[in-house]
Amino acid sequence: MEHIDFSLVDWSRAQFALTALYHWIFVPLTLGLSFIIAIMETFYVKTGNPEWKRITKYWMSIFGINFAIGVATGIILEFEFGTNWSNYSWFVGDIFGAPLAIEGIMAFFMESTFIAVMFFGWNKVSKKFHLLSSWLVAIGSNLSALWILVANAWMQHPVGTTFNPDTARNEMTDFWSVLFSPVAINKFLHTITSGYVLASIFVIGLSAWYILKKREILFAKRSITIAATFGLIASLYLAFTGDGSAKAVAKYQPMKLAAMEGLYHGSENAPLIAIGVLENVENSKEEDFVVDLPIPGGLSFLAFGDWNAYVPGIHELVHGDSLHGIISYKEKINIGKKSIDALAAYTKAKKTGNTDEAQKQLKIFKENYKYFGFGYYFGHDPHELIPPVKLSFYAFHIMVGLGTYFILFFALILFFTVKNKIQDKKFILRLAVWTIPLAYLAQEAGWIVAEVGRQPWVIQDLMPTIAAVSKIDSSNVIITFFLFLAVFTALLIAEIKIMLQQIKKGPEEKLIENSSKK
Amino acid sequence: MFENLSLIALQNYWWFIISVLGASLVFLLFVQGGQTMIYRLGKTETERKMIVNSLGRKWELTFSTLVVFGGAFFASFPLFYSTSFGGAYWVWMIILFVFIIQAVSYEYRTKAHNFLGKKTYETFLFINGFVATIFLGAAVATFFTGSAFSVDKMNLVDLYSGKMPIISSWEKSTYGLEALWDTNQMAFLTNISLGLAVFFLSSLMANMYFINNIDDETLYKRNLVCLKRNTGAFLLFFVFFVVRILMIDGYAVNQETHEVFLQANKYLHNFIDMPFVLIIFLVGVLLVLFGIFKTLFKASKNGIWYSGLGVFLTVLALFFIAGYNNTAYYPSSFDLQSSLTIRNSSSSHYTLTAMSYVSLMVPFVITYIWIVWKAMDKKKITADEVENDSHMY
Repeated sequence: MEHIDFSLVDWSRAQFALTALYHWIFVPLTLGLSFIIAIMETFYVKTGNPEWKRITKYWMSIFGINFAIGVATGIILEFEFGTNWSNYSWFVGDIFGAPLAIEGIMAFFMESTFIAVMFFGWNKVSKKFHLLSSWLVAIGSNLSALWILVANAWMQHPVGTTFNPDTARNEMTDFWSVLFSPVAINKFLHTITSGYVLASIFVIGLSAWYILKKREILFAKRSITIAATFGLIASLYLAFTGDGSAKAVAKYQPMKLAAMEGLYHGSENAPLIAIGVLENVENSKEEDFVVDLPIPGGLSFLAFGDWNAYVPGIHELVHGDSLHGIISYKEKINIGKKSIDALAAYTKAKKTGNTDEAQKQLKIFKENYKYFGFGYYFGHDPHELIPPVKLSFYAFHIMVGLGTYFILFFALILFFTVKNKIQDKKFILRLAVWTIPLAYLAQEAGWIVAEVGRQPWVIQDLMPTIAAVSKIDSSNVIITFFLFLAVFTALLIAEIKIMLQQIKKGPEEKLIENSSKK
Repeated sequence: MFENLSLIALQNYWWFIISVLGASLVFLLFVQGGQTMIYRLGKTETERKMIVNSLGRKWELTFSTLVVFGGAFFASFPLFYSTSFGGAYWVWMIILFVFIIQAVSYEYRTKAHNFLGKKTYETFLFINGFVATIFLGAAVATFFTGSAFSVDKMNLVDLYSGKMPIISSWEKSTYGLEALWDTNQMAFLTNISLGLAVFFLSSLMANMYFINNIDDETLYKRNLVCLKRNTGAFLLFFVFFVVRILMIDGYAVNQETHEVFLQANKYLHNFIDMPFVLIIFLVGVLLVLFGIFKTLFKASKNGIWYSGLGVFLTVLALFFIAGYNNTAYYPSSFDLQSSLTIRNSSSSHYTLTAMSYVSLMVPFVITYIWIVWKAMDKKKITADEVENDSHMY
């Protein structure tokens, strides 16, 4: 398809990636911190101890700074589906739009209504109503994550839907299959728990800084106790859901798994690369490890729970492997093209009233629909359908490596906190501060794996990004890309500067606190 | 319950929900109107603080309503979402940009080390108030005046003609901005007039909101003066818009063939064919004026509620005449048959049914918003509060 404007597709992708990556700097902290704040406020309401109120209010001020910019970047994502992915919006709007609308009705209003009470209601409503509002903000923000992740999971594994040839789009046939798809459940749980982990690390890191500065020791220790307990539970669950995600990827997106592991040639007893450095092989489209630490059978086990299971590599997926029943991409492209052509012929036959021909073409269309999206690559080199391997590999390994480290980190922090020795462990406290940026790195890496690894699909096997864009001159998208970059970067700098100032300032003075609570 | 309704009934129901959300959004745009008057009304820092904090407790509600309006449109009429958002690119992008800069401005404005400075955030709020209202108004006006686009679903399966496989195409290289400056047609004047009418309406609503929400005599007097001016400007542009749409040819749909054709005074006919909509419209306009009258001449502080209900009803009626009674709600001036109607642009029966169950939550949502609003506004904002409370914008 020489007529595809690749500049438009690339810039549209770049803009969406930019927005998503910026948005995801702020969302995980909102997801996790909202619960941590609600737990802290519950302690306050239960005990009546003003120190807990002071702790709650401090973390709430941090939450507010972060929340505002999360909202700012979030609105763009929703509307970019329309502005930059217009074809996609029609092709799947019948399924994708519903979760977005439900997200708005169920979650956004809950968040936006009760957040006003959370920040300004201390002296206006009762203690219990205020506590309820804090919990509803936490639930609302997590609910909003549910619906958008359900939508994202559907793109990775489209279920509960059928293509309607008369309207030329996918239509939902089973809402519950969309909502409770195994990919959706895993994705939701994995993503929100990653937010809890980041927020816990954030709270521990900041509290550690106060201890290092010999300020607010009681405040910091109490904050660490809550965050480390919450974080340890969340990180263990994160590993569990991560395992579930890997198995889902192996089953539904084998190319993504191969890219994540840099696996060019499949095998039984496939190794898991614990650490590796990939380099291009000369005169070849492949890459190979110059350094690697393989765990024999590890990938087979991770993917299928069996150390000897066969895991296909990129080579087998592109060129096919009859022994393992894998169809080549070339064949899939032909099948997809057959399906697209049949749909065109069906529509024409229907227009002219040729019912027999229409029925015949409809049958061909349905039989070949499974690889509909591949048809758009007719005449292209099938290697164009391989996602960026290096980026997927490193992002995956950074995410998993850091995730493992976080479990040990929380265990260590909790151990010293329980022993009441955390304030004496300078190294651990410094480590806690430096773990904050690592938590953000793991978050971004996770999304890179999920979204880069599934390229070129916007909807797995059904719609490639080249057929999903809006038809606008790419110069317009280039301008908006740089406008977004400038605005988001300026706001990020503002956010960080305000946050650092707030951290330096610390919680409210106790004197003010005691007078205001009268 | 909903599964037994016909597709046509569900499509009508969802146009009703979209209209309700659109009408609620226009009412809540008083936040934007208020943002353009921070310096006009507030002469001291304390006064400005009262204004910003009064708006700051409501801005997220407006923001959420906009997001839900977009999400619901996507879910119920996805062809509109793909055609308008992907085509009128710059109109929607500019609206989005001004909402990005709004979202941080309340929280960051008075914070130390806020990088851009207090004035910048206040300017952001002003830009958001001014641009968002005018652009949203103008965008909705194109529901009556039309836009230049084409829709061809066959493009999706066309692998050979050398075209991109994209269904919707915008035919003007200004991607939507032509609605505001295309001097070749009278349409742009109609679009701008609704934009300005929405801007002045949101400003006068803000005046009444401040009168209701802030307990300060000086601000009260200044709001009264502003309210008079904003009302005059609003009436000028609103009357022009209404007269224009009653006079122009509208985009009608043949019920049998589904063909779109131009019909003289279509929107006037819609009012006549649907008298209950005309009543809603007239009651709405009268309520807006009654609220203003009570505020200006009866020293009432509750004018916002009468006018608020009035705004809601008026906008509701405008959405009704744009979409019901065999009317193309998003007409194409380039290719009449590409025009979007409630019938040809909606989601499937199944999805509309599923979504309709979700819509049953709307009264529950409205109830808790109302409860929280009342609880938070029980005590009016005072100079003392904004100067002494620990968390203030």
